[in-house]
Amino acid sequence: METQQGVETGNFKAYLLAFIGSIILTLAAYFITVNHLFTTWLLNSAIALLAFAQAWIQLVIFLNLGRETKPRWNFLVFFFTIMVTVILVFGSLWIMYHLNYNLMATS
Amino acid sequence: MTQHEDFPDTHHEMTHNTFFGFWIYLMTDFILFATLFASYAVLRDATFGGPGGKELFNLPAVLLETLILSTSGFTCGLATLAIPVDNKKKVIAWYAVTFLLGLWFFLQVCTEFGHLIQDGNTWQKSAFLSAYFTLVGTHALHILLGLVFIVVFLIQVTRRGLIPVTKRRLTCLSMFWFFSYVVWIFMYAIVYLMGVT
Repeated sequence: METQQGVETGNFKAYLLAFIGSIILTLAAYFITVNHLFTTWLLNSAIALLAFAQAWIQLVIFLNLGRETKPRWNFLVFFFTIMVTVILVFGSLWIMYHLNYNLMATS
Repeated sequence: MTQHEDFPDTHHEMTHNTFFGFWIYLMTDFILFATLFASYAVLRDATFGGPGGKELFNLPAVLLETLILSTSGFTCGLATLAIPVDNKKKVIAWYAVTFLLGLWFFLQVCTEFGHLIQDGNTWQKSAFLSAYFTLVGTHALHILLGLVFIVVFLIQVTRRGLIPVTKRRLTCLSMFWFFSYVVWIFMYAIVYLMGVT
Protein backbone atom coordinates (compact mmCIF):
# COMPACT_ATOMS: atom_id res chain seq x y z
CA MET A 1 0.00 0.00 0.00
CA GLU A 2 1.51 3.30 -1.09
CA THR A 3 0.59 5.82 1.56
CA GLN A 4 1.02 9.56 1.63
CA GLN A 5 4.35 9.13 3.43
CA GLY A 6 5.70 6.71 0.84
CA VAL A 7 6.51 4.37 3.70
CA GLU A 8 4.55 1.19 4.14
CA THR A 9 2.44 1.41 7.28
CA GLY A 10 1.55 -1.50 9.50
CA ASN A 11 -1.84 -2.89 10.35
CA PHE A 12 -3.61 -3.67 13.59
CA LYS A 13 -3.34 -7.45 13.31
CA ALA A 14 0.43 -7.39 12.73
CA TYR A 15 0.90 -4.97 15.66
CA LEU A 16 -1.18 -7.14 17.98
CA LEU A 17 0.71 -10.31 17.02
CA ALA A 18 4.06 -8.54 17.45
CA PHE A 19 2.97 -7.30 20.88
CA ILE A 20 1.86 -10.78 22.03
CA GLY A 21 5.06 -12.29 20.62
CA SER A 22 7.19 -9.71 22.47
CA ILE A 23 5.43 -10.45 25.76
CA ILE A 24 5.94 -14.21 25.32
CA LEU A 25 9.65 -13.77 24.50
CA THR A 26 10.13 -11.43 27.48
CA LEU A 27 8.45 -13.89 29.88
CA ALA A 28 10.34 -16.86 28.40
CA ALA A 29 13.69 -15.12 28.97
CA TYR A 30 12.61 -14.24 32.52
CA PHE A 31 11.55 -17.77 33.48
CA ILE A 32 14.60 -19.56 32.11
CA THR A 33 16.78 -17.11 34.06
CA VAL A 34 14.89 -17.24 37.36
CA ASN A 35 14.62 -21.03 37.36
CA HIS A 36 18.20 -21.39 36.05
CA LEU A 37 17.14 -24.08 33.60
CA PHE A 38 20.48 -24.52 31.78
CA THR A 39 24.19 -24.17 32.47
CA THR A 40 25.41 -20.55 32.53
CA TRP A 41 26.86 -20.58 29.02
CA LEU A 42 23.74 -22.09 27.45
CA LEU A 43 21.50 -19.79 29.51
CA ASN A 44 23.32 -16.67 28.30
CA SER A 45 23.08 -17.86 24.69
CA ALA A 46 19.36 -18.53 25.08
CA ILE A 47 18.78 -15.06 26.60
CA ALA A 48 20.72 -13.44 23.75
CA LEU A 49 18.77 -15.43 21.16
CA LEU A 50 15.42 -14.45 22.68
CA ALA A 51 16.52 -10.80 22.79
CA PHE A 52 17.58 -10.82 19.13
CA ALA A 53 14.30 -12.48 18.13
CA GLN A 54 12.29 -9.83 19.95
CA ALA A 55 14.38 -6.96 18.57
CA TRP A 56 13.90 -8.35 15.08
CA ILE A 57 10.10 -8.52 15.52
CA GLN A 58 10.05 -4.93 16.79
CA LEU A 59 12.25 -3.64 13.95
CA VAL A 60 10.33 -5.39 11.17
CA ILE A 61 6.78 -4.80 12.40
CA PHE A 62 6.97 -1.41 14.11
CA LEU A 63 9.92 0.26 12.37
CA ASN A 64 9.13 -1.27 8.93
CA LEU A 65 12.69 -2.47 8.45
CA GLY A 66 13.21 -4.24 5.13
CA ARG A 67 9.66 -3.51 3.97
CA GLU A 68 10.50 -0.42 1.93
CA THR A 69 10.61 -0.41 -1.87
CA LYS A 70 13.96 -0.30 -3.71
CA PRO A 71 16.42 1.37 -3.31
CA ARG A 72 16.60 0.13 0.29
CA TRP A 73 18.54 2.98 1.86
CA ASN A 74 17.10 2.41 5.33
CA PHE A 75 18.24 -1.18 5.30
CA LEU A 76 21.69 -0.21 4.04
CA VAL A 77 22.16 2.27 6.89
CA PHE A 78 20.90 -0.34 9.35
CA PHE A 79 23.32 -2.94 8.01
CA PHE A 80 26.23 -0.51 8.39
CA THR A 81 25.15 0.33 11.94
CA ILE A 82 25.09 -3.34 12.90
CA MET A 83 28.57 -3.75 11.45
CA VAL A 84 29.94 -0.83 13.48
CA THR A 85 28.16 -2.14 16.60
CA VAL A 86 29.66 -5.62 16.25
CA ILE A 87 33.18 -4.26 15.70
CA LEU A 88 32.79 -1.87 18.63
CA VAL A 89 31.39 -4.30 21.19
CA PHE A 90 33.34 -7.43 20.33
CA GLY A 91 36.50 -5.43 19.54
CA SER A 92 36.37 -3.77 22.97
CA LEU A 93 35.81 -7.06 24.76
CA TRP A 94 38.58 -8.77 22.80
CA ILE A 95 41.12 -6.01 23.42
CA MET A 96 40.30 -5.65 27.11
CA TYR A 97 40.36 -9.41 27.68
CA HIS A 98 43.84 -9.71 26.18
CA LEU A 99 44.99 -6.61 28.02
CA ASN A 100 43.92 -8.19 31.32
CA TYR A 101 45.59 -11.45 30.34
CA ASN A 102 48.89 -9.83 29.37
CA LEU A 103 49.01 -7.59 32.45
CA MET A 104 48.54 -10.44 34.92
CA ALA A 105 51.30 -10.78 37.51
CA THR A 106 53.82 -13.35 36.35
CA SER A 107 55.60 -14.09 39.63
CA MET B 1 -6.13 18.64 0.34
CA THR B 2 -6.01 20.98 -2.71
CA GLN B 3 -2.64 22.17 -1.52
CA HIS B 4 -1.45 18.59 -1.48
CA GLU B 5 -2.64 18.02 -5.06
CA ASP B 6 -0.91 21.18 -6.23
CA PHE B 7 2.48 20.13 -4.94
CA PRO B 8 2.34 16.38 -4.61
CA ASP B 9 5.94 15.61 -5.42
CA THR B 10 7.62 18.26 -3.31
CA HIS B 11 5.71 17.29 -0.21
CA HIS B 12 6.17 13.58 -0.80
CA GLU B 13 9.91 13.99 -1.27
CA MET B 14 10.29 16.21 1.78
CA THR B 15 8.39 13.84 4.08
CA HIS B 16 10.29 10.86 2.76
CA ASN B 17 13.62 12.59 3.31
CA THR B 18 12.59 13.53 6.85
CA PHE B 19 11.95 9.89 7.74
CA PHE B 20 15.21 8.80 6.17
CA GLY B 21 17.12 11.49 8.05
CA PHE B 22 15.44 10.56 11.29
CA TRP B 23 16.28 6.91 10.68
CA ILE B 24 19.96 7.84 10.29
CA TYR B 25 19.76 9.77 13.59
CA LEU B 26 18.29 6.68 15.28
CA MET B 27 21.10 4.54 13.90
CA THR B 28 23.79 6.92 15.23
CA ASP B 29 21.96 6.86 18.55
CA PHE B 30 22.22 3.08 18.41
CA ILE B 31 26.00 3.40 18.01
CA LEU B 32 26.05 5.67 21.08
CA PHE B 33 24.31 2.91 23.03
CA ALA B 34 26.70 0.34 21.55
CA THR B 35 29.68 2.21 23.04
CA LEU B 36 27.95 2.31 26.43
CA PHE B 37 27.10 -1.40 26.17
CA ALA B 38 30.72 -2.14 25.27
CA SER B 39 32.08 -0.24 28.28
CA TYR B 40 29.51 -1.94 30.51
CA ALA B 41 30.52 -5.37 29.20
CA VAL B 42 34.18 -4.58 29.86
CA LEU B 43 33.59 -3.18 33.38
CA ARG B 44 30.95 -5.71 34.40
CA ASP B 45 33.18 -7.57 36.86
CA ALA B 46 35.08 -4.49 38.09
CA THR B 47 33.06 -4.23 41.30
CA PHE B 48 36.00 -3.13 43.49
CA GLY B 49 34.96 -5.56 46.23
CA GLY B 50 31.45 -4.11 46.28
CA PRO B 51 28.19 -5.79 45.29
CA GLY B 52 27.67 -6.96 41.70
CA GLY B 53 24.57 -7.33 39.55
CA LYS B 54 23.59 -10.58 41.25
CA GLU B 55 23.18 -8.85 44.61
CA LEU B 56 21.76 -5.56 43.35
CA PHE B 57 19.24 -6.25 40.59
CA ASN B 58 15.61 -6.76 41.47
CA LEU B 59 14.38 -8.95 38.59
CA PRO B 60 10.59 -8.82 39.20
CA ALA B 61 10.76 -5.00 39.09
CA VAL B 62 12.76 -5.15 35.85
CA LEU B 63 10.23 -7.57 34.33
CA LEU B 64 7.46 -5.12 35.23
CA GLU B 65 9.40 -2.26 33.59
CA THR B 66 9.89 -4.33 30.43
CA LEU B 67 6.21 -5.21 30.20
CA ILE B 68 5.19 -1.56 30.76
CA LEU B 69 7.49 -0.31 28.01
CA SER B 70 6.44 -3.12 25.67
CA THR B 71 2.78 -2.18 26.16
CA SER B 72 3.55 1.49 25.61
CA GLY B 73 5.22 0.54 22.31
CA PHE B 74 2.03 -1.25 21.27
CA THR B 75 -0.23 1.69 22.21
CA CYS B 76 2.17 4.00 20.36
CA GLY B 77 1.73 1.70 17.33
CA LEU B 78 -2.05 2.02 17.62
CA ALA B 79 -1.69 5.81 17.70
CA THR B 80 0.52 5.64 14.59
CA LEU B 81 -2.14 3.61 12.76
CA ALA B 82 -4.67 6.39 13.38
CA ILE B 83 -2.43 9.07 11.82
CA PRO B 84 -2.91 8.28 8.06
CA VAL B 85 -6.68 7.93 8.45
CA ASP B 86 -6.94 11.34 10.20
CA ASN B 87 -8.58 9.99 13.35
CA LYS B 88 -7.62 12.84 15.68
CA LYS B 89 -9.44 11.50 18.75
CA LYS B 90 -7.73 8.10 18.49
CA VAL B 91 -4.31 9.69 17.91
CA ILE B 92 -4.63 11.84 21.03
CA ALA B 93 -6.10 9.02 23.15
CA TRP B 94 -3.46 6.42 22.28
CA TYR B 95 -0.55 8.86 22.64
CA ALA B 96 -1.98 9.86 26.03
CA VAL B 97 -1.98 6.20 27.08
CA THR B 98 1.58 5.86 25.76
CA PHE B 99 2.59 8.90 27.79
CA LEU B 100 1.14 7.50 31.01
CA LEU B 101 2.83 4.12 30.51
CA GLY B 102 6.12 5.84 29.63
CA LEU B 103 5.86 8.00 32.74
CA TRP B 104 5.20 4.90 34.85
CA PHE B 105 8.30 3.24 33.36
CA PHE B 106 10.41 6.34 34.00
CA LEU B 107 9.27 6.55 37.64
CA GLN B 108 10.01 2.83 38.10
CA VAL B 109 13.58 3.34 36.88
CA CYS B 110 13.94 6.38 39.16
CA THR B 111 12.71 4.30 42.13
CA GLU B 112 15.22 1.59 41.27
CA PHE B 113 18.03 4.18 41.14
CA GLY B 114 16.77 5.65 44.40
CA HIS B 115 17.01 2.29 46.20
CA LEU B 116 20.56 1.76 44.92
CA ILE B 117 21.68 5.23 45.99
CA GLN B 118 20.00 4.93 49.41
CA ASP B 119 21.99 1.78 50.08
CA GLY B 120 25.17 3.66 49.21
CA ASN B 121 25.64 1.96 45.84
CA THR B 122 26.18 5.12 43.82
CA TRP B 123 28.14 5.50 40.57
CA GLN B 124 31.15 6.48 42.67
CA LYS B 125 31.41 3.08 44.34
CA SER B 126 32.81 0.99 41.49
CA ALA B 127 33.51 0.99 37.76
CA PHE B 128 30.68 -1.52 37.34
CA LEU B 129 28.18 0.86 38.92
CA SER B 130 29.48 3.84 36.89
CA ALA B 131 28.94 1.89 33.67
CA TYR B 132 25.53 0.67 34.87
CA PHE B 133 24.24 4.13 35.80
CA THR B 134 25.55 5.66 32.57
CA LEU B 135 23.93 3.00 30.37
CA VAL B 136 20.55 2.78 32.09
CA GLY B 137 20.53 6.53 32.82
CA THR B 138 21.09 7.39 29.15
CA HIS B 139 18.14 5.20 28.21
CA ALA B 140 15.99 6.81 30.91
CA LEU B 141 16.92 10.24 29.51
CA HIS B 142 15.74 9.10 26.07
CA ILE B 143 12.41 8.06 27.59
CA LEU B 144 12.13 11.43 29.39
CA LEU B 145 12.83 13.25 26.10
CA GLY B 146 10.17 11.12 24.38
CA LEU B 147 7.66 12.02 27.12
CA VAL B 148 8.35 15.76 26.68
CA PHE B 149 7.88 15.49 22.92
CA ILE B 150 4.61 13.54 23.28
CA VAL B 151 3.23 16.46 25.34
CA VAL B 152 4.56 19.12 22.94
CA PHE B 153 3.24 17.40 19.80
CA LEU B 154 -0.14 16.62 21.36
CA ILE B 155 -0.56 20.29 22.20
CA GLN B 156 0.27 21.08 18.57
CA VAL B 157 -2.28 18.52 17.35
CA THR B 158 -5.05 19.93 19.55
CA ARG B 159 -4.26 23.47 18.40
CA ARG B 160 -3.48 22.97 14.73
CA GLY B 161 -5.08 19.60 13.96
CA LEU B 162 -3.65 16.69 12.01
CA ILE B 163 -1.92 18.71 9.26
CA PRO B 164 1.07 17.30 7.30
CA VAL B 165 3.58 18.98 9.65
CA THR B 166 2.12 17.51 12.85
CA LYS B 167 1.64 14.11 11.19
CA ARG B 168 5.29 14.06 10.19
CA ARG B 169 6.43 14.98 13.69
CA LEU B 170 4.23 12.37 15.32
CA THR B 171 5.51 9.65 12.97
CA CYS B 172 9.12 10.53 13.84
CA LEU B 173 8.18 10.47 17.53
CA SER B 174 6.72 6.98 17.11
CA MET B 175 9.92 5.79 15.44
CA PHE B 176 11.87 7.21 18.39
CA TRP B 177 9.61 5.44 20.87
CA PHE B 178 9.82 2.04 19.11
CA PHE B 179 13.59 2.46 18.92
CA SER B 180 13.81 3.15 22.67
CA TYR B 181 12.09 -0.15 23.34
CA VAL B 182 14.47 -2.02 21.02
CA VAL B 183 17.40 -0.63 23.05
CA TRP B 184 15.66 -1.65 26.28
CA ILE B 185 15.30 -5.26 25.03
CA PHE B 186 19.10 -5.51 25.01
CA MET B 187 19.38 -3.81 28.39
CA TYR B 188 16.88 -6.28 29.84
CA ALA B 189 18.81 -9.23 28.39
CA ILE B 190 22.45 -8.15 28.73
CA VAL B 191 22.47 -5.99 31.85
CA TYR B 192 19.76 -7.54 33.99
CA LEU B 193 19.19 -11.18 32.97
CA MET B 194 22.82 -11.98 32.16
CA GLY B 195 23.83 -9.94 35.20
CA VAL B 196 22.34 -12.53 37.55
CA THR B 197 23.25 -15.76 35.75
